[in-house]
Amino acid sequence: MSRAFLAYITAITLLLVSIWCGVSIGSVHIPFEVFWNRAADETAANILWKIRLPRVLLAGLVGASLAIAGAAFQGLLKNPLADPYTLGVSSGASVGAVVTLFFGISIPVVGLYALPTLSMVGAVLTMVAVMSFARIVDRALKMETLILTGVIFSSFLGSLISLMIALSGEELRQVIGWLLGSVSMRGWPYVQMITPFVVIGSAILWTQRRELNVLLYGEERAKHLGVNVKRSKYLILVGGSMLTGAAVAVSGTIGFVGLVVPHMTRMIWGSDHRHLLPLSFINGATLLIICDLVARTIIIPRELPIGVITAFIGAPVFSYIFYKQRRSKGVRV
Amino acid sequence: MIIVEHLSGGYEDVPIVKDVSFTVEKGKILGILGPNGSGKSTLLKVISGLLPATAGTVFLDGKNIKHYSPRALAKKMAVLPQLHANAFSNTVREAVSLGRYPHQTGFFSNWSEQDERAVQYAMDQTGVARYEHTSMEFLSGGEQQRVFVAQALAQTAEVLLLDEPTNHLDIAHQRQLLDMVRKEAIECGLTVIMVLHDMNLASLYCDELLLMESGSVRALGVPHKVLIASQIEDVYQARVTTYAHPEIPKPQITIMPSTNEYQQRADIVKEDFRVTPDYIQLKSTIPLKTVSSAVHNPGIGWYDCLLNRSVPGDYVISDVKQEVADFLQREHFSPTSTVVMLTAVPTQLFALNEYSTEFGSVFVVVTAGVGNAVDVSRTHERQDTPYIGTINTWVVINGCLSEEAFFQALMTANEAKTKALQSENIRDYLTDTIATGTATDSLLIAATQKGEEMRYGGPITAVGKIIGKGVYETTVQAIQNYKNKA
Repeated sequence: MSRAFLAYITAITLLLVSIWCGVSIGSVHIPFEVFWNRAADETAANILWKIRLPRVLLAGLVGASLAIAGAAFQGLLKNPLADPYTLGVSSGASVGAVVTLFFGISIPVVGLYALPTLSMVGAVLTMVAVMSFARIVDRALKMETLILTGVIFSSFLGSLISLMIALSGEELRQVIGWLLGSVSMRGWPYVQMITPFVVIGSAILWTQRRELNVLLYGEERAKHLGVNVKRSKYLILVGGSMLTGAAVAVSGTIGFVGLVVPHMTRMIWGSDHRHLLPLSFINGATLLIICDLVARTIIIPRELPIGVITAFIGAPVFSYIFYKQRRSKGVRV
Repeated sequence: MIIVEHLSGGYEDVPIVKDVSFTVEKGKILGILGPNGSGKSTLLKVISGLLPATAGTVFLDGKNIKHYSPRALAKKMAVLPQLHANAFSNTVREAVSLGRYPHQTGFFSNWSEQDERAVQYAMDQTGVARYEHTSMEFLSGGEQQRVFVAQALAQTAEVLLLDEPTNHLDIAHQRQLLDMVRKEAIECGLTVIMVLHDMNLASLYCDELLLMESGSVRALGVPHKVLIASQIEDVYQARVTTYAHPEIPKPQITIMPSTNEYQQRADIVKEDFRVTPDYIQLKSTIPLKTVSSAVHNPGIGWYDCLLNRSVPGDYVISDVKQEVADFLQREHFSPTSTVVMLTAVPTQLFALNEYSTEFGSVFVVVTAGVGNAVDVSRTHERQDTPYIGTINTWVVINGCLSEEAFFQALMTANEAKTKALQSENIRDYLTDTIATGTATDSLLIAATQKGEEMRYGGPITAVGKIIGKGVYETTVQAIQNYKNKA
């Protein structure tokens, strides 16, 4: 258990450090004391509370959501290549967002937040459609069926997006920018929007941590060991999709986090979902906060899409850990 | 205790298992046998609730298993499925610990001492504790299989269903695993149902066997009532024969290959016999089925070299086995395909006759030293230690004998030998009565097992008549050789 304890201490420390870096580093340096003393530097305090902090928190929440959803999907689908986008929910969310930009839709009540709202609607519709279709094809809701259905829906929705991109004019830049993912210029309302989904979705996945451990050995084995497989599957799918949909809705399709963070966490701390889920959550937040920091500071004053950075930083780190891991274990070839 | 009543079921709407009923009492082991595709694994899946039952019921402790929740059922019944590949990187301990899943309830349930004990016990019983911290992916198939057995044991269920638990295991681990299952059944009252391919293991370890044929019960009962050669042949469409296990009163089964590979014609001829000062040898080009009371390789077996070895009169009898083994090695004979008898008589005093019959020729070879002849009905009066066997008889038959015929041939030959002693008036010098043999006579019947099978070997059968005549004449001849020399 001391190993798990060490894992949490490390992860939380890294998270706190990254949050501090995220809020303090930038074109304007934020001194430490403004946290408790606004009067010390009014401008800095404003930047901290109105711009940097919500941005860092949003990055953290998005990263956490994608990472925990990825960990759960990889466990459920027993597929190391699975990520939160495998089931097509993100494509649904993207279609919602691109439609908003393409048609310039504005909704009276939600005002500025038409995009995330429609995106969320797209995610929910897709999730319902994927699961219903999979259920019609195969009542047992086998993993293979789910993956295939997800791929079918993703491709279909992807072609819709491509169509809109092809037909777009001035909105092109906006659309592409959104698709590449970003957490800039969102502010507190976005944080408020995603938070309930993160809390509920993560809680649902957390209840399924032991079931996920058993499901690693296949559905049959899980049934033998007393898991209510169908219920577990639905809960994991709903929880994971909820997190993914919300994340995509507020920040666009940020790749790599959901795939790599669970893997890195698993390699270092093992594949026990009781710890894998919370640790992925924390590490996902850390990774995305750091990536966002790099995205906005690396070539000031321009800002890069965060999705570019996640892959840029994530891939080499992932490769290094993978290499170390395999070497030290002495894999039989 | 588990009761299965008129159970049918399978995949979708096609029932693979049809109307199966049986009861397994607490602490008993039921083995399920049957050809590939006869529904053994499907039956196990229907019992465990993995596949739906279209008709019939399974009662576990008097309650229909449909009325158990998945978790409650897993506490009562553990299942070991056939091994399949996994994409996991768990350690052995983690994998075994998953067996405790059904016992862990509540949102923040903790690992109890009872959980720990169950896991430790399961790992000790299956011998996987040694590599508890090794990752599963680095284990061999057999080791993984044992981890899964440990996982099932850790469930501490009352009923255990095993689907070919000995797959991937070498015989040492097969034995270890099945011994362990048996011990759990006897000592802890574990009720076991297991699918096995190996009928011999099933016979040894199961209290009852269920033989399935295309989804239905063909036979159910104790092993010797199920493993009947004709029944197995019928179900499996393969020629088999049964024999007794050497130590345990359970039947064993072996297949009879249907190839013609061994059917080439090969007869024993007189030139195959060779006499040297040290031994008389028969070297055959094909193995002979041999029944004998020889010193080396006695009993029933297949051998292509027979030796009747002459040893000095003061030969040390205490370590005969070792001395004979050394002799074979020294003289470059194969220890596994040679039968050796010992005699104190010089080899040149042998008698060899060939008798031709309608089924093939029969050879009788005898060396007879009758200096120590005894009357078997009076030997209880003497206390002396045995000497080297002095009447050694070989009967080599170009023909095919049934098991029964072999033993009748032994009797017939022995009777003929006794008759020869009688007509030669050989006497037991202590009692001065007619001798029946010597203290350590040896007898061997060998047959090429070619041609039509002769079912009987008694004195009035074709083969029996020749044996009687041949052994009598040849023994008389050998005794006379011995007397003349003396």
